[in-house]
Amino acid sequence: MKRVLLIAATLSLLAGAARAVTPDEQLPDRKLEARARAISQELRCVVCQNQSIDDSEAPLAHDLRVLLRERIAAGDTDAQAKAYLVQRYGSFVLLRPPFRPETWALWLGPLGVLAVGGIGVVVYFRSRGGGAGALDAADEAELDRLMATAHEGDD
Amino acid sequence: MRRLLFLAPVLLLVPVLAGFGVGLRHDPSILPSQLIGKPLPAFSLPPLSPDRTGLATADLAGEPVLLNVFASWCVACRVEHPTLMRLKDQGVKIAGLDWKDEAADGAGWLGQNGDPYALTGNDRTGRAGIDLGVSGVPETFVIDRRGQVRYRQVGPITPEVWAQTIGPLMAKLRAES
Amino acid sequence: MLAEVGQFALILAFVISLVQAAVPLVGAHRGDPVLMALGRAAALLQAGFVATAFVCLAASYVACDFSVALVAQHSNTAQPLPYRIAATWGSHEGSMLLWVLILSVYGGAVARFGGTLRESLQARVLGVQGLIGAMFLGFILFTSNPFLRLTPVPLEGTELNPLLQDPGLVSHPPLLYLGYVGFSVAFAFAVAALIEGRVDAAWARWVRPWVLAAWIPLTAGITLGSLWAYYELGWGGWWFWDPVENASLMPWLLGTALLHSALVLERRGALVSWTILLAILTFSLSLIGTFLVRSGILTSVHSFAVDPERGVYILGIIAATTGAALALYAWRAPALKTGALFAPVSREGGVTLNNLVLVVLAATVFFGTFSPVFIEILRGDKISVGPPYYARTFAPLAVPLLLLVVLGPMANWKRDRLDAIFRRVRIPAAIAGAVLLIALIAGGWRTLVAVAGLGLAAWLVAGAAAIPARRWWAGRANLGRSIRTTPTAVFGLALAHAGLGLLTLGVTGVTAWHQDTVLNMQPGQSVAFAGRTVALQSVEMVQGPNYQARQARFEVKGAGGTYSLIGARRAYATSQTTEAAIHVTPLGNLYISVGDEADGGVVVRMWSHPLIMWIWCGGFLMAFGGLVSLSDRRLRLGVAARAPAPVMVPAAAE
Repeated sequence: MKRVLLIAATLSLLAGAARAVTPDEQLPDRKLEARARAISQELRCVVCQNQSIDDSEAPLAHDLRVLLRERIAAGDTDAQAKAYLVQRYGSFVLLRPPFRPETWALWLGPLGVLAVGGIGVVVYFRSRGGGAGALDAADEAELDRLMATAHEGDD
Repeated sequence: MRRLLFLAPVLLLVPVLAGFGVGLRHDPSILPSQLIGKPLPAFSLPPLSPDRTGLATADLAGEPVLLNVFASWCVACRVEHPTLMRLKDQGVKIAGLDWKDEAADGAGWLGQNGDPYALTGNDRTGRAGIDLGVSGVPETFVIDRRGQVRYRQVGPITPEVWAQTIGPLMAKLRAES
Repeated sequence: MLAEVGQFALILAFVISLVQAAVPLVGAHRGDPVLMALGRAAALLQAGFVATAFVCLAASYVACDFSVALVAQHSNTAQPLPYRIAATWGSHEGSMLLWVLILSVYGGAVARFGGTLRESLQARVLGVQGLIGAMFLGFILFTSNPFLRLTPVPLEGTELNPLLQDPGLVSHPPLLYLGYVGFSVAFAFAVAALIEGRVDAAWARWVRPWVLAAWIPLTAGITLGSLWAYYELGWGGWWFWDPVENASLMPWLLGTALLHSALVLERRGALVSWTILLAILTFSLSLIGTFLVRSGILTSVHSFAVDPERGVYILGIIAATTGAALALYAWRAPALKTGALFAPVSREGGVTLNNLVLVVLAATVFFGTFSPVFIEILRGDKISVGPPYYARTFAPLAVPLLLLVVLGPMANWKRDRLDAIFRRVRIPAAIAGAVLLIALIAGGWRTLVAVAGLGLAAWLVAGAAAIPARRWWAGRANLGRSIRTTPTAVFGLALAHAGLGLLTLGVTGVTAWHQDTVLNMQPGQSVAFAGRTVALQSVEMVQGPNYQARQARFEVKGAGGTYSLIGARRAYATSQTTEAAIHVTPLGNLYISVGDEADGGVVVRMWSHPLIMWIWCGGFLMAFGGLVSLSDRRLRLGVAARAPAPVMVPAAAE
């Protein structure tokens, strides 16, 4: 008996993060259980504050975990299982926001800020370059030689 | 051009603060229902006690009706209970969905406090509730003649809520063909 | 009685803050030394009165004076003394009072130690501080009064939320507030500079230690918060991208950018108006964070009791402070002297790049946190933004920044060459490469991403060590003297960057290699997990001072030996908490959490968290590095080397 428990426990090692899942919720099939855990971490517990159903101990989270496992065991793909819950609770239940016109700003915003900032930095350097006039190649080389021998950088 | 750059931060601040201001009026914990404008999902629930009939989706078409989700363990449900009893006396048809509750407990609660429901069903597992997108109790759905969901109330139906929102809506639905 | 004293002190402080807001600004404008001196006196008085009010509130808690409503709501006679004291800031009203206390103390410090500042600048700084103080004291007095009485007086109070009854509570909020509010000084300096129309070396030299002084506790506070969540919440998480956590991360990111930008401004006189803008924005994000926590605009496990009315008031404060400051910036900043020139490849250029990425990271967190609010307004649809979003946006951008961290300090000021920089970092690069290779061979191709994290950590730590090492190598002819004359700030820099490397190490380890399991265990049962054998020896019920607990005793046989662990599930009057059993080693933690009863045994959850302790070691080392830098004589307040610096007038329009 102990050996069976030991094997079962060792197998469940590979099942991924198990935070609020109880042993009797787990699916017997390892791969399906791993999928269920992965999806659970992307689903929001709608009655909690910012927890996934994998993390939350709320009764509704428990119900949703069980429901999710039923859908997966019944053959739903990850997308179908998620869509099942979105149909009932809306996009709110997805912790990874969908990529739709209304969320373009959210997903592309950081890149946009990077681009704007990058352009700003480039423009800043361009507008201030030149200075006393560009050096020709010989002067550049001389400058580099001098810089290399000088004491390197005060801190 | 350079001036514009310096102006940008304060200009950007305006929509951000405006958004925060408007956002303050919303309650972040209330989810909008996914069912508004859609037909009620199919379910068929057993009765709370032998002397009652159960509750199925088909029962909820034909006339405007309120579907009230309650439970014997729900404290806020007691708050709205007197309002529901009054509405029943006024002839409003109310169906009750006993959510995540043992049928006996639900029946006992109704026996003790009064039964405002024309029909009741017991959703012990909570699965029908999930199909309806229920996240807590009490919630009430307003359903029209064709069996479509027109509104969902989260929280108890107070006299103000009835007077300002649900009452007028029910009147409008009755006037619809 | 104490509450009345406190209330009165608070009212006095409010009136004085109004004086402090108006008088020195007028004085600076007119060049009137009497008015400016009055500003200094007002700042000191205000600090004294707010401190009095705070002490009165704390004393009410210690004495269990349940006629004060707050005390009755957050403390009871069974609560241990340290938590009765800490409950002073465990509520919205109390924590707001702590906020204002720190604000007024900082103002007092500027008044007391700012003797070497140009008098008009000091007066303007105090004026701005006074304005902010007045707004918040008004907020407290009119919407969040901590001294409200409760009648009839209850015999017993409601205890403080058990989750908060923990040593971490004693230090986490005060540290964070020292950070948030500390940035108000930099803000005040920035606004004062804009009013004056000049930014000079003295300004920069004065601002830098204040920015450091705010950055250090904020770093420590965030790290402590993460650590506290790890051992207190019972499921081994250390960062959740919760809105309130994000509210602390955003000012931290911008504060780090400000730190580096102010350094460039002080040393080279470059990045003038950018530093001013950063100083304004960093404190603004602190204010937005305050708004987030107290207004109920977003749900969060951290939120205090939600009150949109308070939210409107705070929004007003933000509009007044940030709005006015940014408007002032738009008006006056273009006239500030343009900064010194520097080549794109240079230390200043490195800081520019560092600032760019940090700002984008802060913007990412801002987008993620507030998009749900804006999308709901625009589309009526509610969405969630959780860890999966940040994993795809924040993490990829942080990596190039970490790579650059080593290159920046290796670059010369003003002008440098890329090949020269790369040549200087060849040893850290070699070390990182070696680590990468060894780990890859040990782990196999599939662990490439995780192994890259290890390489990155090695790169950071080796790169940090290389900074003092280079100096000592260059001065190896007289090594002893070279070491002795190394400026303290160099050590601070090396420690802080090394801390970042350790943080990277910890994050890589726990993200890539964590393991977990959950099962029902009976006493006497043992299970193999993550290279250890864990045996449940006993389960018993225990009584604590204000709780009852189900305690489980484990015996663990690991590679390092045998040890026992105790985990518990505590039931307080109002809620339950999990006290996890944690075994900490440098290589990783074993984390065991006890759940509900099941079939005669208990539900046991176990986690293996490799390398996780390095996350917090790294965070604290960063804060410590900052502290070391702050102790550098060159930075110490009041040790300004020169008389008031030559005035640099705004540059003629170009």
